[in-house]
Amino acid sequence: MTLALALEQLLNGLQLGVMLFLMAAGLTLIFGVMGLINLAHGSLYMVGAFACAAVAAATGSFWIGLVASLACAAAAGAIVELLVIRRLYDRDHLDQVLATFALILIFSEGTRWLFGSFPLYLDIPPLLAGAVPLPGGLQYPVYRLAIIAAGALIAFGLYILISKTRLGMRIRAGESDREMIGALGVDIRTLYTVVFALGAALAGLAGAMVGALQSVQVGMGEPVLILAFVVIVIGGIGSIKGALFGALLVGVTDTMGRFLLPQLLALFVPPAQAGMIGGAAASMLIYVVMALILAVKPRGLFPAAHA
Amino acid sequence: MMSRENLTNLILAALLLAVPLGAYALGQNFYITLATRIAILALAATGLNLALGLGGLVSFGHAAFFGIGGYAAGILATHGFSGDPLVFGLPGTNQMLVVWLVAVVVAGLVGLAIGAISLRTSGVYFIMITLAFAQMVYYFAISWPAYGGEDGLSILVRNQFPGVNTMRPLNFLLICYLVLIAAIGLFALIRASRFGSALQAARQNEVRVATVGIAPFRIRLTAFAISAAVTGLAGALFADLNRFVSPSMLSWHMSGELIVLIILGGVGRLFGPLAGAMLYVIFEYALGGITERWQFFLGLILLGVVLFARGGLLGFLAGRAKHG
Repeated sequence: MTLALALEQLLNGLQLGVMLFLMAAGLTLIFGVMGLINLAHGSLYMVGAFACAAVAAATGSFWIGLVASLACAAAAGAIVELLVIRRLYDRDHLDQVLATFALILIFSEGTRWLFGSFPLYLDIPPLLAGAVPLPGGLQYPVYRLAIIAAGALIAFGLYILISKTRLGMRIRAGESDREMIGALGVDIRTLYTVVFALGAALAGLAGAMVGALQSVQVGMGEPVLILAFVVIVIGGIGSIKGALFGALLVGVTDTMGRFLLPQLLALFVPPAQAGMIGGAAASMLIYVVMALILAVKPRGLFPAAHA
Repeated sequence: MMSRENLTNLILAALLLAVPLGAYALGQNFYITLATRIAILALAATGLNLALGLGGLVSFGHAAFFGIGGYAAGILATHGFSGDPLVFGLPGTNQMLVVWLVAVVVAGLVGLAIGAISLRTSGVYFIMITLAFAQMVYYFAISWPAYGGEDGLSILVRNQFPGVNTMRPLNFLLICYLVLIAAIGLFALIRASRFGSALQAARQNEVRVATVGIAPFRIRLTAFAISAAVTGLAGALFADLNRFVSPSMLSWHMSGELIVLIILGGVGRLFGPLAGAMLYVIFEYALGGITERWQFFLGLILLGVVLFARGGLLGFLAGRAKHG
């Protein structure tokens, strides 16, 4: 019984990790190629979730909503890049932090303006509605398994895109020497817009997929954004491999910590206190892990060669 | 002959006192609270300005110290009121001076710990790590039910200052004002000291500082801890102003706001945080009166300032900073 519960929590951790990877991949790509720290990445996640919920409600189809979330987040990303982000590449990180912080205010309040303060709800598509039995007698929702599978697929797709295609070659070249590829005749401004829109689309997709598990509301992107920061700091900023590893580590550590720590403490102190202390300790666990990793490797587990 | 910047500073400092005094004469207590808010936010940002402006350390986690100061005031007051001992049989207190001391020491020590780890990194890593540590404190405050958890903690009676009735808004404003002026004085002293020179030099060229035999890490860590302590003191005052502490004081929006204050006013400028806090609180109040979507417009204004108006309000009023 407990083993089945642990397996369930492990799968939940994987699912969280996969979703964090979608966020972190975009963030780390944008930092790696353009040297930009983008706080508004969580807003793009929110845009994806709202687009999916609104379109799914209007058309009755989750799948059309999912396509809409990709399109809207990518479009929002491209527009923001053209209007604002483009002016920030030569600025220091402080200006980037502030400008993207301002973007969060604009996105959050703008979304509240359009959709009101009440959360939207998004139903799990009928195709993925059921549950599958786990060994040990528990049922696990198919939809969460589908998220894990989708994340694995996207991770593989990103690997192919970056290492096998011409666009990926340009992205890698942009990471190692942006002036040189500009001199070689690559339109670097368009490349930046494409990379930003790609990162935005990944964030939007993550938002849409998670939107069916939680309520879709303003501010939903912020906790995820900060976890994604922890992920890329652990993994090494600029490294997709690091983002994948860090995301799974953070997802599983956080979920298992919340599950195991209170139980572990219950062996030593009364259950009520164990729940309280364990819960508080679990909420800090990933940050402690991050601090430990940084104490040993200040540039993360897979430091990018440059930057 | 007074320089343009000093004159501007003097006018700003005088305004912060003159406007609420005028409001008091007219019986408009609300403006006194507004001015107190400005003074406290300016104090918090002055703390951050030590790290950010002088040291170039872009801390995105100063809400942690602000909130820790706030909780120090809240927790001490709660124990002082109920009479339950706090730790090791020590009682709580309702004396502001004791609360301040505790807030400064605790925030400074936490700043020392967070700084010791975060300062091993630099640039964008530093931004994200300070943010992450602040979130850690935030989630701890939310999930620890003893002091209100998510609901926060009320302070039933504002803490006492010897010989002053702090419940009168004007008295409390004066206390906050004097603390702010003292902190700005401390900032000026540090900036002019050998320590401050080394700190600024480490921002401008780390390698040269190391080459002349000064370890940048220790200088920065000291600055970061002092910075945290000053922001913690502001947090204690903020808790007393609202007579309420909640995890929102620890949220990353608060960290962002503190940076915004500095940028609006002018980075590294002595009175930058005060100018920024005035501008911010007045924006918030004026825009909030026009539309409930004021954050949207605040975002637009902020974006405009970052993209097109570098140097902040003081850069506009008093000319560009003489040295970068």
